Amino acid sequence: MKTYENQGNKDTRSGFGAGLTELGKTNENVVALCADLIGSLKMDDFKKNHPERFFQVGIAEANMIGLAAGLTIGGKIPFTGTFANFSTGRVYDQIRQSVAYSDKNVKICASHAGLTLGEDGATHQILEDIGLMKMLPGMTVINPCDYNQTKAATIAIAEHHGPVYLRFGRPKVANFTPENQKFEIGKALHLQDGNDVTIVATGHLVWEALEAAKALNEKGISAEIINIHTIKPLDAKAIIDSVSKTKCIVTAEEHNHLGGLGESVARVLSQHKPTPQEFVATNDTFGESGTPAQLMEKYGLNSDAIVKACEKAIKRK
Amino acid sequence: MATTQQLENITTQVRRDILRMVHKVNSGHPGGSLGCAEFFVTLYNEIMDRKDDFDMDGIGEDLFFLSNGHISPVYYSVLARAGYFPVEELNTFRIINTRLQGHPTTHEGLPGVRIASGSLGQGMSVALGAAQAKKLNGCNHIVYSLHGDGELQEGQNWEAIMYAAGNKVDNIIATVDLNGQQIDGSTDTVLPMGSVKGKFEAFGWTVIEIEEGNNVDAILKGMAEAKALTGKGKPICVLLKTVMGNGVDFMMHTHAWHGKAPNDEQLAIGLAQNTETLGDY
Repeated sequence: MKTYENQGNKDTRSGFGAGLTELGKTNENVVALCADLIGSLKMDDFKKNHPERFFQVGIAEANMIGLAAGLTIGGKIPFTGTFANFSTGRVYDQIRQSVAYSDKNVKICASHAGLTLGEDGATHQILEDIGLMKMLPGMTVINPCDYNQTKAATIAIAEHHGPVYLRFGRPKVANFTPENQKFEIGKALHLQDGNDVTIVATGHLVWEALEAAKALNEKGISAEIINIHTIKPLDAKAIIDSVSKTKCIVTAEEHNHLGGLGESVARVLSQHKPTPQEFVATNDTFGESGTPAQLMEKYGLNSDAIVKACEKAIKRK
Repeated sequence: MATTQQLENITTQVRRDILRMVHKVNSGHPGGSLGCAEFFVTLYNEIMDRKDDFDMDGIGEDLFFLSNGHISPVYYSVLARAGYFPVEELNTFRIINTRLQGHPTTHEGLPGVRIASGSLGQGMSVALGAAQAKKLNGCNHIVYSLHGDGELQEGQNWEAIMYAAGNKVDNIIATVDLNGQQIDGSTDTVLPMGSVKGKFEAFGWTVIEIEEGNNVDAILKGMAEAKALTGKGKPICVLLKTVMGNGVDFMMHTHAWHGKAPNDEQLAIGLAQNTETLGDY
C-alpha cells in the first residue's frame, strides 16, 4: 500500500496566493481583482508586487465579474478572488452572461468553500457551488486537494484559455502532494491501487480518503484511490477503468450530494458501466457554526464516513 | 467626414431595417431601437475611431458595448451597414442557426460584438474592465457604452458607477438612453429614478446632456464635448434624451412598442414614413 507523507498542514488558499505570486512574475497578462478580501485570499503579495495589475473593487462582486470580463478584451487574464459563496451564487447571472456565454477568459478563484470555513456558519459555507458552476456550458471546474496542488492548479489555469472555477478552502490541512508538480486539467490522479472498492475524492476529502484507506486496509479491504481535482471536464476513463476492477465506488466531496462530483460520476457510470455507488457528501442541507473537524464529523464528511460508505458499497456488489 | 444629410440617410435606412427585421419574425424590440438609431449611426460613422476588420481585443481603436441588449435590431443594422458583416444577414435575425440572436452574443462569432448582453445591468462593468485593459495596454482610445434608463434600476450599475469614479476611469463615455419608458410603463410610474444627472454627478462623474437625442448634429456636438472631457480624471456620462419609437409616428412617445412587432399594415405605414435610401437588404 502506497503511503503519503503530510509535509505539514497548510491552507489551500495560501497555495492559491503562492501560485498567483508566481504568475505575477511569469505572465504579464495576469491581472487580479478582489472584493475586499485580500488577506483572506492571500493576494497581498501580488498586490504589493504589481499594484498596476491589481484591482480592489470593494464589496461589489457583480461589478468585479463584469470588470474581469471586460479586462479580457485587450488580452488580460483576470483572476477574481472572494469567498466561494460570493464567487458563485451571488453573481451567477454575471458569470453566466458576461463570462461563460461570452466565452471570456476569466478565472474565478473561490476560497472558504464548504463546511470547513467553520465558525462563520451557513451564510458563508456554500455547498452548492460545484453544481452551479459545472452546469455552465464551457466552464472548467477545479477543486484541488492541498496547498501544493492548489498552487500548481493556479499556475496551470493561466495557460488554459476559457473560463475556470477554482475552488479552495480556509483551514490548514495535510499537504501531501509533490511540490512543483505539473498540473494537468482534466486528468485524474491515481493515488493508490486497490481491488475491493474505488474511492473517488476531491478537495479536502482526498486526504480523508487516504486515511480511510489505511483503516480499511486494517480490516482487510483494499481501496483504490483516485484524486479528481477536475470535476469538469471529468476524467471518465479513469473512473470506468477503476470500477471495472473494483466493481463498486464511493465518491467523497465537501459539497451537497445534489449537483456535486458524485452526481457527475453517477452520470458517467450509469451510461457506461452501472456500478453500486455510495455518496460521501452533505445531504441537501445548509451548514452551521462549529470547528471544521466538528462539522466534518457531524455532516459525515471525514475518513470514518468514507470507511462506512465503502463497507456499504462493497455489500451492494 | 459624413454630412448631416448622409447620416440622416443612413438613419432612415436603419429604421427600415429595424422594422423589417422585427416584422419578419414577429418579435424583437423596435421602440428603443428606433429611439437610438441616430445615436448608433453617428457613433459608428463619425464618432468612433475604429478599424474596418474586427478583432476582439480592439487594441488601437475605440470600443463600444451595448448593455441594453434588447435593442439588438439597431445594433445589427448599424454594424452591418458599417461593414462588419453582410447586410443580407439581417434577414436571419432571430431565426434558428443565426449569428443574429435575439440578444447580442459573442457565442456565434458575429463580428462587431464583444460581449453578450440581454440580462440587464452588466454592460457598465464590462465596459469599465475594457477601459482598464486599455490603460494597461497603453492604448489611448476610448470605450463607449450604451444603457437604458430603466436599466439603471439594476444595482450592479451603481457598483460600477461608484468604481469608475473612485478609480478615475476617465477613458469611458457611458451614454444613457433617457427615453423615460420601460416595459411596464414610464420609468416614473414603474420605479421613479429622480434626477439621473444628479445621481451620476453625486457619484463623481462628469455629465453631458444631449437634449435632442434624435438630432444627429446635436449628438455630434454633445459627443465631441464628451470626448474632449476624457482623460481628465473623471468618467463621462452622456444623458441622451430620445423619443422611443422615433421616426414611425404611431410608435413614438409610448412604451407600447418596447417589445412588440408591427403587423403587415403597420409595417407598410412605417416604411412609407421612411423611404429607402441605401437600399433594403
